[in-house]
Amino acid sequence: MSYKDTLINGVEGIFKPDGLTPMQKLALRFVVMGILFYGLTTIEGMIMRVFQVQPIAGMDAGHYFAILTAHPLVGIFGSSYLIVFGAFLFLVPFLMEKPLYSIKLGNWSFLLITIGTITFWGSTFISHYSPLYTLYWPLPADFTQFGAIGGAVFILGIALVMVGTLCFVFNIFKTIAYIPEGQTREASGRAMLASATGFSWAESVFRKKSKRREHLVPSLPVAAIARGTVDTFLNAGILTFTGVLILVYMVAEIFGMSLKDTAVDALLYKNWYWWGLDLIADGLVLIFVAGTWYLLATLITGKKLYMMRVARLALWVELVVSWTVWSHHLMSDQAQPGWLKVISGEMVTAFELITQGLAFFIVLITLWSARPLKMTSPLKFLLGGLLGFALAVPAGIIQADLGINRILHNTQWIIGPHVHVAILVGLVMTLYSAIYYLFPLLTNGAKFYSEKLVTFHFWAHIIGGVGMGAFMGMAGMKGMLRRTIYYEGEYNLYMILAAICGTLMLLAFVAFLYNIIMSVGVKGVIGIFTPAKLDTKDLLPAAKE
Amino acid sequence: MIDSAVVLNGQTMAYTIYAVVILLLMLAFGYMITKEGKAGVLKTSLFSTLVVVLTVLGVSLHLATNMTIPWVSMDLNRHNITPTVVFDISVENHEFTLPEEQMVIAVGDTVVFDVFSHDLTYGFGIFRQDGSMVTQMQVVPGHRNDLMWQFLNAGIYTIRSTEYSGPKGHQMIMKDALEVVE
Repeated sequence: MSYKDTLINGVEGIFKPDGLTPMQKLALRFVVMGILFYGLTTIEGMIMRVFQVQPIAGMDAGHYFAILTAHPLVGIFGSSYLIVFGAFLFLVPFLMEKPLYSIKLGNWSFLLITIGTITFWGSTFISHYSPLYTLYWPLPADFTQFGAIGGAVFILGIALVMVGTLCFVFNIFKTIAYIPEGQTREASGRAMLASATGFSWAESVFRKKSKRREHLVPSLPVAAIARGTVDTFLNAGILTFTGVLILVYMVAEIFGMSLKDTAVDALLYKNWYWWGLDLIADGLVLIFVAGTWYLLATLITGKKLYMMRVARLALWVELVVSWTVWSHHLMSDQAQPGWLKVISGEMVTAFELITQGLAFFIVLITLWSARPLKMTSPLKFLLGGLLGFALAVPAGIIQADLGINRILHNTQWIIGPHVHVAILVGLVMTLYSAIYYLFPLLTNGAKFYSEKLVTFHFWAHIIGGVGMGAFMGMAGMKGMLRRTIYYEGEYNLYMILAAICGTLMLLAFVAFLYNIIMSVGVKGVIGIFTPAKLDTKDLLPAAKE
Repeated sequence: MIDSAVVLNGQTMAYTIYAVVILLLMLAFGYMITKEGKAGVLKTSLFSTLVVVLTVLGVSLHLATNMTIPWVSMDLNRHNITPTVVFDISVENHEFTLPEEQMVIAVGDTVVFDVFSHDLTYGFGIFRQDGSMVTQMQVVPGHRNDLMWQFLNAGIYTIRSTEYSGPKGHQMIMKDALEVVE
């Protein structure tokens, strides 16, 4: 095939969008859009990296902080949520051997999250609304710095994402609970949900061993998805509530009535907001990632997961821990009660070392039990994902310490070795592993255009990700703050090195995107977004006779 | 009391060593699983030991730092300690207002910075001349924000906000606002 033919039709013209089931199209739409938003996040990150080295002419502080506001939100909601939701809307029915409860609702989730992300990104781009993702009260309602209309559009965008998220939550829980036509089951939908989320296990743990119930949902990845979805639901609730509160102030301002911002206690607000926000970073991300590791380890090795009961228990512990760790974000708040800082901030947070450590070892031992393994793309990215969390979780435990937090809080250390390494190396490499594994399944056997590009993608991403985190961390140790601008090149050495690593990651992404486009062709990419020709609720097309 | 730079250096060394070790271990693991060899499953007893090690590590880390880093107990008990000096500082419209143009204290004084915000959430950080941070706290409006500290080294220190308070506040810096004398 000529280069032009491959670019238009993909490798050997294997990928045929018309042959995809509605479920395959749904999952691919989520993943493709998530990848594009990841690209946007990477470009935004690079603009900020360059700005940290040398402020860009024509770009003022307001614009910089608007990018800083959009960057993590596009990364989490536009990219990670879409990729994860798309994969799970396919995997839960796949693992439970029944159709998704509602493909239509799945498409609504996709549309709402995509439109919502474009909306809040657009509002920061145009109006420079920039309260950051932290939204510390009363900054989001500070109309001496921000316009109320731009802010209201921003909140509307986040609200759309949250509604799309709630559609996903409903679809996942309903898929676990419902009985498809033609099938029978003794257990009620409620019992299925209680089993998947682990609540029935928690209730029966005090019973005699002989009277304990069997797991109605034996699939561990489904249990992980269900438990992570509990946090997704709670998080959406808190963010929606907070958004409505901010919106009330904005609407009042638009109509010429300034409400007193002291009506809301800033510390109480910070507590409830971090309780909800932390359900992402210290809840659903860790639970979803552990579940994905378990699934990938069993798929790659073809073996049962080592210590499956312990893994299931660790997922439950992680869920409970995620509800009680928020105070590690308030360790430098002097009005926060000391006992909350010690118990929630330090002690409960330390359990994440245990739960993630267990997941880490269980996956490594499962892989080891199947040696020799071929170093496939999913396997190497899985190992990269494991490394990312092995580096980032201890970094988080260190900063969730009263002694260390006092001298590190809000420095580049927090955002480098902890946040960026956790997300870019830990989470993103795990997602890449899943994408590389699921690609042939979702595309009915399409082939990758270039294995060399996959190898480049791996090394450039992991070296860039770990390197960037390390240089940001070194700058943090020297006192460089996050969320600020240095105009006199105080930390230029570290920022230049971090920018080089960032460039490496950008190149890795370009290689990945190019490889995907060449694999399925431009026609294929467009075809993913056209209505499905096959009218079936099945996940995969029926095998040809 | 020890200088916060010493604690930071210790922490840097410990984490760097850990990071290098885990990187090498993962590289070795990635290499080894592609090779022929005994694919034994870890004994349950060894796995249980791993769980115990993780638990002990997680809990003991904070107990150890709480007992050895002096500003932790001082901070948790600060309302029962009588300070040598108290500086009342207010923040409004992205500006610090200090009680005097340059605050002067002596090495070893137990000093309290009592910062009150009249509008937004800010940060209050004290920095050395080389830009490294000595200590910091968040400044939440409507609440008392008091930071107790002892300085071990004489010198001139800069104050800057360590929390984002909107584009107007990103350069909230008061150079040479604090002098610590022998």
